[in-house]
Amino acid sequence: MYCLLKCAPLILAVAVCHGWLFGDFVRKQELNEISLWPIPQKFQSSAVAFKLSPASFQIVHAKQSSAGPSCSILENAFRRYFEYVFGDLKSRKKVYDSDLVELQVWITSADPECDGYPSLQTDESYELSVDEPSAVLKAANAWGALRGLETFSQLVYEDDYGANNINKTEISDFPRFAHRGILLDSSRHFLPLKVILANLEAMAMNKFNVFHWHIVDDQSFPYMSRTFPDLSQKGAYHPFTHVYTPSDVKMVIEFARMRGIRVIPEFDTPGHTRSWGNGIKDLLTPCYSGSSPSGTFGPVNPILNSSYDFMTEFFKEISTVFPDAYIHLGGDEVDFSCWKSNPDIQKFMVQQGFGTDYSKLESFYVQRLLDIVAATKKGYMVWQEVFDNGVKLKADTQIHVWKERPQYQDEMAKVTAAGFNTLLSTPWYLNRISYGQDWVNIYKADPQNFTGTDAQKKLVIGGEACLWGEYVDATNLTPRLWPRASAVAERLWSDKSVTDVGNAYNRLAQHRCRMVKRGIPAEPLFVGHCRQEYMGL
Amino acid sequence: MCCAVLFFFLLIVQVDGVWPLPQQLDQSADRNSLSPQRFSFTYGRDSAAQTGCSVLDAAFKRYFSIIFPDFTKGSGLLIVKTRGCDGYPDEDSDESYNLSVSEGQAVLRSVTVWGALRGLESFSQLVYQDDYGSYFINKTEIVDFPRFAFRGLLLDTSRHYLPLHAILKTLDAMAYSKFNVFHWHIVDDPSFPYQSRTFPDLSNKGAFHPFTHVYTQSDVMRVIEHARMRGIRVIPEFDSPGHTQSWGKGQPNLLTPCYKGDVPSGSFGPVDPTVDTTYKFMESLLKEVKFVFPDSYVHLGGDEVSFACWQSNPNVRTFMEKMGFGKDFTKLESFYMERTSIVWQDVFDYHERDTVLEIWKGETYQAELSRMTKAGHRVLLSAPWYINHISYGQDWRNSYAVQPQNFSGTEEQKKLVIGGEVAMWGEYVDATNLNPRLWPRACAAAERLWSDEEKTLNADLAFPRLEKFRCELLRRGIQAEPLFVGHCKHEYDGL
Repeated sequence: MYCLLKCAPLILAVAVCHGWLFGDFVRKQELNEISLWPIPQKFQSSAVAFKLSPASFQIVHAKQSSAGPSCSILENAFRRYFEYVFGDLKSRKKVYDSDLVELQVWITSADPECDGYPSLQTDESYELSVDEPSAVLKAANAWGALRGLETFSQLVYEDDYGANNINKTEISDFPRFAHRGILLDSSRHFLPLKVILANLEAMAMNKFNVFHWHIVDDQSFPYMSRTFPDLSQKGAYHPFTHVYTPSDVKMVIEFARMRGIRVIPEFDTPGHTRSWGNGIKDLLTPCYSGSSPSGTFGPVNPILNSSYDFMTEFFKEISTVFPDAYIHLGGDEVDFSCWKSNPDIQKFMVQQGFGTDYSKLESFYVQRLLDIVAATKKGYMVWQEVFDNGVKLKADTQIHVWKERPQYQDEMAKVTAAGFNTLLSTPWYLNRISYGQDWVNIYKADPQNFTGTDAQKKLVIGGEACLWGEYVDATNLTPRLWPRASAVAERLWSDKSVTDVGNAYNRLAQHRCRMVKRGIPAEPLFVGHCRQEYMGL
Repeated sequence: MCCAVLFFFLLIVQVDGVWPLPQQLDQSADRNSLSPQRFSFTYGRDSAAQTGCSVLDAAFKRYFSIIFPDFTKGSGLLIVKTRGCDGYPDEDSDESYNLSVSEGQAVLRSVTVWGALRGLESFSQLVYQDDYGSYFINKTEIVDFPRFAFRGLLLDTSRHYLPLHAILKTLDAMAYSKFNVFHWHIVDDPSFPYQSRTFPDLSNKGAFHPFTHVYTQSDVMRVIEHARMRGIRVIPEFDSPGHTQSWGKGQPNLLTPCYKGDVPSGSFGPVDPTVDTTYKFMESLLKEVKFVFPDSYVHLGGDEVSFACWQSNPNVRTFMEKMGFGKDFTKLESFYMERTSIVWQDVFDYHERDTVLEIWKGETYQAELSRMTKAGHRVLLSAPWYINHISYGQDWRNSYAVQPQNFSGTEEQKKLVIGGEVAMWGEYVDATNLNPRLWPRACAAAERLWSDEEKTLNADLAFPRLEKFRCELLRRGIQAEPLFVGHCKHEYDGL
């Protein structure tokens, strides 16, 4: 269509067409310049535009690259991003000359890490140069290349004749924080595999790199354990339809790996464990009403050796199933009333000299648990209460700040002053919804905005957007999460100085349309429309 | 084993129920099994409606597959007193029905086909499956009728365009909750997606996109017919003189040019009430609307008119002087509304009915209700049901606690409340999030508008029934969000 118009024999027509093209071109190019999300650290673009033809454009390994066709992460990513850029097969039939013939992906370090897993230390930086006839994407390893491919795909825009354009661009990019996570809760409501995978896709579009899988909790235990099958058999909402089988879990981990995303499971104890008790006898503390058991159960029973034997076996399994170096051990919101009611526990408290300070009992439990997990060679993350209660922690423990009181800024200062790595979630509880553009406040929160030394600030490794599951399941999860989580994504990736809400709005509105186009039902920011509206339902 | 079965069975019966709750429901523990192979809907011999009744033939088919999702072919009996299968429901439609389920047969009696539709819905909610997949229905007697004749839901297709299938899906879900009015806020400031026969430029220039973001005449027909089949009226809203920015793009000289000092500022305000062309245009447009939309009502809006632009315009000021309005721009607005509604009444020859006022403003709606009904107006309540306003937690309880007739006034005044409407304005809503935001939150108002308030005041008692109903909505393919922690046997399978 484009060529046809351009080559029309009538001079008048040509003039008119060029006028149109030019006017349109300028508008589109402006739109394009602001449509990157999250915005790269260094970005330079000129008005010179190149055409990309779906018939001839290729994404290839650069000659100098240490990665080749055997690198499945990149091969998969090449196909994925080719599809994002050019859409489905139907629209690929358009034929026109390609100014830009290829994107060369150049992995510079000796080990491209194609068969590995991303980690907290992973270098995700990349450099992207778009110029005729080839664009070059340079990264130390496959993970950086994934981030660069996403950026490249966001640079391509369609003009009104359906042709794909990209402007001459130089980008040098790296994340501000190493830990950029999303928490999903599959216990309060079961989340079908499909929903989890779709959200991993959306995470990659936003350069998130950690999936914090709050997989079990009081309400249900959908994780199917090989060692203790009764946990899900008796603790899931349904033992067959509402569980994650070992192959489901494997699929999530591999799907995430392909997108440079770590999977950190959370097995929260000693509180939040009601569903565990259905499958494991005597694991939970029997609560008492007066002098007799009331029939209800409280947190994990911390005075029985059998509890620790179970945890040892259980975490041995978890440490082999989940490849990431970290496990989230929870440790939040332990309710002491049940422990207080139980005479055996009362006796134990006296024996240990804890007096009536039940946080000492909690520490007693957590310390033993940490030793168990440390023996599996895993690092651990815990919610802030574990630190607040003075539990002795390994130096590389990550403290997850989530409480609104005391103010999270004070807590961040305290945790980092004690020398621990920390990550922030307090302002990013996205399950808390309200009317209007609440992404603005989400966007404005900054994890390093507390009083402390530079050394303290460096201990902030990032943050997580949390979507707790009380009111969320497959029906509303995705539109509730996106594009609100995108606001967190930019805060955690882009430079600290990127704070202009007006500019962010324009880019984010386009970014959400891009997600919709890619099949993610991301909800609107405000009045308006997308060229391609959401067609699923 | 036997005991376990019995135990489960009792559990099922406990949470069994119909949403919205019928006026009178007597159920016994005697259950009858239903065989999908042998079950069928038939018209009673003395039924006025017989095979060939489009509304009911289609409803039989629909409800058969709702009740027995795994079967494609299938003794029930249906008696409808009057004909009227080819008509449209209106504000006087009798939606009452009686349903009697006994061994071997169930009899549904209603005066109109619309009542039969409501009864079929209740019937479908009474059927349940045991753990072995067998279908049962308990011996039941229901006498049912709506508390209010107007039970509406507003969708806004201007602030965001809603694809046709999103609207049709919403109509399906409305029927499940016994809503009977679809208030289609079809155009507004941001876009004009209604494709007019008379003024094609309105959507050509006023829609977000002239081809992909419009409702063609056949789209509108489809919506109206889909709604009719479910006993739902379609009331379109063409809001003026404010909320008309998008109209101005396709209809030059319709809007008031705003002035900055002595010169036009280039921006436009409400419809220009001072020129005759405006009224000529409105007359032609409303004539078309009457032709396209069969319902006897159209919603003329008239809300939130900003006077600043009128005030800035010298022609408008001259007109004000000429008419002796002084500086009171509300008089100008009334002048406009009167002239358009006269246009409207002329078009419809519809003098005997007075206008229905919709109450949407804020917190003091009880006072408004009292004032409006005292003046003898019939009113519709919407203020407490703006469910586009979301908040954390179980906000359906607030919708449920609304008592539309709880204001100071006489019995006569209370009778002037003809119903209410749930509104889902579109600032933050499009096809990506519309359905889970609507359902099951709108169900709370549905029950308030249908059921006996005395029997449905307690939200805690309603909770398990609503929870079960939302799982039923899921099973029927409606993307209804959860009320709280828990699960459904059939979870939502889409994205």
